[in-house]
Amino acid sequence: MTEETKPFEPVIIGFTCNWCSYRAADMAGIARMKYAPNVRLIRLMCSGRLDPTFVFKAIAGGADAVLVSGCHPGDCHYSTQNYKAMRRYHLMKRVLTQMGVEPGRLKLLWASAAEGQIFANEINKFVEEVRALGPLNWNQAGAEIPVEGAVEEVKV
Amino acid sequence: MSKPKFAMYWAASCGGCEIAVLNIHEKILDVDAAFDVVFWPVAMDAKYKDVEAMQDGEITLCLFNGGMRNDENEHIAKLLRKKSKIMVSFGSCACEGCIPGLANFSSIKDMVDTAFTTITTDNPDNIRPQASYTMPEGIITIPTLNPMLKTLDQVVDVDYYMPGCPPESHQIAAVVDLVIAALNGKAELPPKGSTIGAGDSTVCDECPRKRHEKSIKAFGRIQLMHADPELCLLEQGIPCNGPATRSGCNARCPIAGAQCIGCYGPAEGVVDYGARLIAAFASVIDSDKPEEIDHILDGLVDPAGQFYRFNLAGSLLRSSKSAQKG
Repeated sequence: MTEETKPFEPVIIGFTCNWCSYRAADMAGIARMKYAPNVRLIRLMCSGRLDPTFVFKAIAGGADAVLVSGCHPGDCHYSTQNYKAMRRYHLMKRVLTQMGVEPGRLKLLWASAAEGQIFANEINKFVEEVRALGPLNWNQAGAEIPVEGAVEEVKV
Repeated sequence: MSKPKFAMYWAASCGGCEIAVLNIHEKILDVDAAFDVVFWPVAMDAKYKDVEAMQDGEITLCLFNGGMRNDENEHIAKLLRKKSKIMVSFGSCACEGCIPGLANFSSIKDMVDTAFTTITTDNPDNIRPQASYTMPEGIITIPTLNPMLKTLDQVVDVDYYMPGCPPESHQIAAVVDLVIAALNGKAELPPKGSTIGAGDSTVCDECPRKRHEKSIKAFGRIQLMHADPELCLLEQGIPCNGPATRSGCNARCPIAGAQCIGCYGPAEGVVDYGARLIAAFASVIDSDKPEEIDHILDGLVDPAGQFYRFNLAGSLLRSSKSAQKG
């Protein structure tokens, strides 16, 4: 295939928690389930450890999308911290939209340690969604990026 | 022996930093006694060519305020960097973009359209400024806009950062005292790259309001609420930027009954100011249901504006240099 006909391969940074979602990924691996290789997983102890800085830095550093993954609500190893991740996810999505990043580039996924298949399927789905969105091409220093819909017109 | 030389310059800024410097009252006489003011466009007449004629490093102290909005700003920043021994990124605009930096949310076209065609502008022929124009007398030029507003340290090497919009006068006075003492060999300057004239904690640390465990059912706007005068504002659902903002102002706004809007910039160790606030605000929302969380977040009318009011040009997503340096 030539450079032009090659499909766009998105780079996705995935943050998983040690207790559920990373083990789901591990299980998918042990069971030799095949799924898209576009996600680079980073293991945190808990999805509640996810500082929004990590997400912004991933995007500023060239990622096309970010996956945040943790235990199902109610199942957090640290009792309620995945709810914090959920709240941050909702607020991050709003801020990213205002910055000009499509909301579809941030995904929240709950996966238990037994849900290797679900984890693999969801990653495949997400990779296709991001592929459809296209490359993010975040700004190089000083480059102009038109932000559409970010600033609403002020009515006097 | 001639006195050490002092310069102050404004790039994309409002002039408030200059007023803050004059607000050090009689201490300004100490500045005059200790320094020879060679370049300060707001306060005295001097030409760029005077600065160009100086030796490299001839100016001892340069307080540079304002962001890099156009090529003239960048030219003078580079010039003053060359001619100055101590270059201080002075005030929020130079450090992190401040209000002019909010233009980084829009394209240059949108920004110019807003300035020249909206309802408050009387411009029936839709005339736009041209970078160069041929007159009978010759070609005249004006500076051209940068695609994005940059902070001072994205353009030149900076020795010290002094945050604030504007920096508090007592902090300026303390810094002036320190520099004068250092020049006389009685004190040592902090290491290069330090933030001076500010604390290293957060505004919350200086705020006298009472704090409990936070749990927010609704965000509201302070002008529409009857805020308790003694209770933490964020606890009452008023978006107060104190948790991520650098101390140094003595929590002036919260004491006066207004929320902190974050003019002192990110606290020590904070990489992305807005991201830190997202963590702080979202974590204390009192709901575990996605729909309800979304409903509560509707109370934050303009989250990006709330979190990046002063910091957009210095943030990870609207400038890439800080992303590279980590």
